[in-house]
Amino acid sequence: MTVQELPGAAAYRPTPPPAWKPITDPAPLLPDPEPYRVLGTDAVADVDPELLLRLHAELVRGRRYNAQATALTKQGRLAVYPSSTGQEACEIAAALVLEERDWLFPSYRDTLAAVARGLDPVEALTLLRGDRHTGYDPREHRIAPLCTPLATQLPHAVGLAHAARLKGDDVVALAMVGDGGTSEGDFHEALNFAAVWKAPVVFFVQNNGFAISVPLAKQTAAPSLAHKAVGYGMPGRLVDGNDAAAVHQVLSEAVARARRGEGPTLVEAVTYRMEAHTNADDATRYRVDSEVEAWKAHDPVRLLERELTGRGLLDDEGLEQAKEAAERMAAALRDRMNADPELAPMDLFTHVYAEQTSQLREQAAALRAELDAEQDHDEQDAEAGR
Amino acid sequence: MTTAAVTADGRRTKAKPATMAQALGRALRDSMAEDPTVHVLGEDVGTLGGVFRITDGLAKEFGDDRCTDTPLAEAGILGAAVGMAMYGLRPVVEMQFDAFAYPAFEQLMSHVAKMRNRTGGAMPLPITVRVPYGGGIGGVEHHSDSSEAYYMATPGLHVVTPATVDDAYGLLRESIASDDPVIFLEPKRLYWSKADWSPEAPAPVEPIGRAVVRRSGRSATLITYGPSLPVCLEAAEAAVAEGWELEVVDLRSLVPFDDETVVASVRRTGRAVVVHESPGFGGPGGEIAARITERCFHHLEAPVLRVAGFDIPYPPPMLERHHLPGVDRVLDAVARLQWEADS
Ligand SMILES: Cc1ncc(C[n+]2csc(CCOP(=O)(O)OP(=O)(O)O)c2C)c(N)n1
Repeated sequence: MTVQELPGAAAYRPTPPPAWKPITDPAPLLPDPEPYRVLGTDAVADVDPELLLRLHAELVRGRRYNAQATALTKQGRLAVYPSSTGQEACEIAAALVLEERDWLFPSYRDTLAAVARGLDPVEALTLLRGDRHTGYDPREHRIAPLCTPLATQLPHAVGLAHAARLKGDDVVALAMVGDGGTSEGDFHEALNFAAVWKAPVVFFVQNNGFAISVPLAKQTAAPSLAHKAVGYGMPGRLVDGNDAAAVHQVLSEAVARARRGEGPTLVEAVTYRMEAHTNADDATRYRVDSEVEAWKAHDPVRLLERELTGRGLLDDEGLEQAKEAAERMAAALRDRMNADPELAPMDLFTHVYAEQTSQLREQAAALRAELDAEQDHDEQDAEAGR
Repeated sequence: MTTAAVTADGRRTKAKPATMAQALGRALRDSMAEDPTVHVLGEDVGTLGGVFRITDGLAKEFGDDRCTDTPLAEAGILGAAVGMAMYGLRPVVEMQFDAFAYPAFEQLMSHVAKMRNRTGGAMPLPITVRVPYGGGIGGVEHHSDSSEAYYMATPGLHVVTPATVDDAYGLLRESIASDDPVIFLEPKRLYWSKADWSPEAPAPVEPIGRAVVRRSGRSATLITYGPSLPVCLEAAEAAVAEGWELEVVDLRSLVPFDDETVVASVRRTGRAVVVHESPGFGGPGGEIAARITERCFHHLEAPVLRVAGFDIPYPPPMLERHHLPGVDRVLDAVARLQWEADS
């Protein structure tokens, strides 16, 4: 039945809504359905071989770092370690695309990105060792504290990038988050703020298939995580997260875009978490070996090695050198982590406020007295030869 | 009545009646004028000047970049403020209403309160979060919460609340200048309270962390803050007829807490009633009463009493007068302080 057929509706003409058009044409914002790849394609010809070699060396070191840190958990030197084995291409590219003045906002899994950016490996591990929350000065390295509450560092990245732009500084913030983290409210609020403010931020999602035990299909019904960008009015990009050259290229473009003042980009890297969520997790409860095996064939280190050796850019000697450098790093890390950290209990009260409250002064005095009594006791024991 | 005030350069200016809202707005303006790193952000703070008009004129005077209408997302606003503070700005965030600050709690608890501590002092966050709080203005549901206990229970935050026009100006200036995050609770029902005040020569106020004796007395101490201060002053006035001289302590700052002033007063009077409108169970009054008991036990002639809001979700506006502690309830508590012992 049409409108005209309604009784008494002959004269009725619906008023059209006031003219409205979409704010942004969504088409250019949509990601390509296939993750972008460089290694093993024609696109690799355009990549500087020096960059490929640098990526390779860093990847090998990163892989070794993950193995060493995991080993340290078994020796009780680290309370916990969320390994990024299998995701090294993402970690390294994130660190390498940034200029010194730029900022990195890592999650708890992104120790490797922080180290590849130049952070002291031991300082990077204080959170996971349990001696200090953040063992470094974030301003000095322009690396925000490793962030445990999921996605909460993303609005910080937006605020910082926004502030830098207001001050006229040419600074980009790159914020890392997992696939599970994209379901958090802070993820959505951060993307929206960044797009509205045109903040120079790059959101970098490492889709490693799982949030602890929950697979992507239970996390989202979106065509891809990169598609989420469109709703906020920023481009979404899909990249093969195991292809270091591709991740580097896509992130570089996003960083350059942000630097040009064109606003944020959401980059989703499709990768795989080869190990359990952390050393404390049992991955056999929620995934099958055949899946892990399939991803092994697409290992980021192996992919790059095949490219480099196949083109004669890397020989056995070069491979050996990269391995040795990684071993040296691991040995140094082991040695330094095997020394007990010196902890100062009175520091508990030092950095709560700029100035201690009278309440904290009282509590500090009480702890001081306890410590003194402990020490007296120990000394008496020592004298008595106990 | 208007009184003369003297500016720093010796000019005499007329103090004229001003509302707390005006003093707050002026504090924001003066802070922004003095320090280019001070940025105001929140919902409707720009063109509209905030739903309570506290930020009126700031966007016009300082531009959208300094006084910014944000998207509607409290976690996003506070989270962005964290990043701005990390880069050296001093953000002042307006939360539109008490209960609408709750979406931002994760940012507040996990980051704002802890960043200095987490980074071993390397990264303090000088953020001021302004929260219009409390009832008494006939607001519908979710517009009248007293949320101070949540903030007080979170180490790393300062929690302050003005009850006078002078304090509104002075405490807000100090909060913005503080290198630590400050939860600045604005008692909604005092927004339109007036006092003689001169923006050119504002009266100096006690710093954050100091309580102030607003009225002296020897019979008992009323300990209160923010919206309940006028109630307590009125009760103290009415108590004169009963022959009671009540001392009224305005805390001004819940964290840090001024044990010294409170303890000195209660030791003088031997009796204490804590008055606030947030629910009593798990509320600030329990903490304050415990502190007093620990420090003044041998001086106390009676148990420390609390007069608080009922332990109910904030009621519909037509019933709120039954919920809010008023003069009678305060005087009832005072009467229960076993006066026979004194006579
Ligand atoms: C707000 C919050 N909720 C829950 C957790 C507990 N948690 C830690 S890691 C994790 C899964 C995160 O998965 P994802 O974002 O995909 O990152 P991935 O660990 O795979 O790198 C959860 C639920 C948390 N850290 N923060």
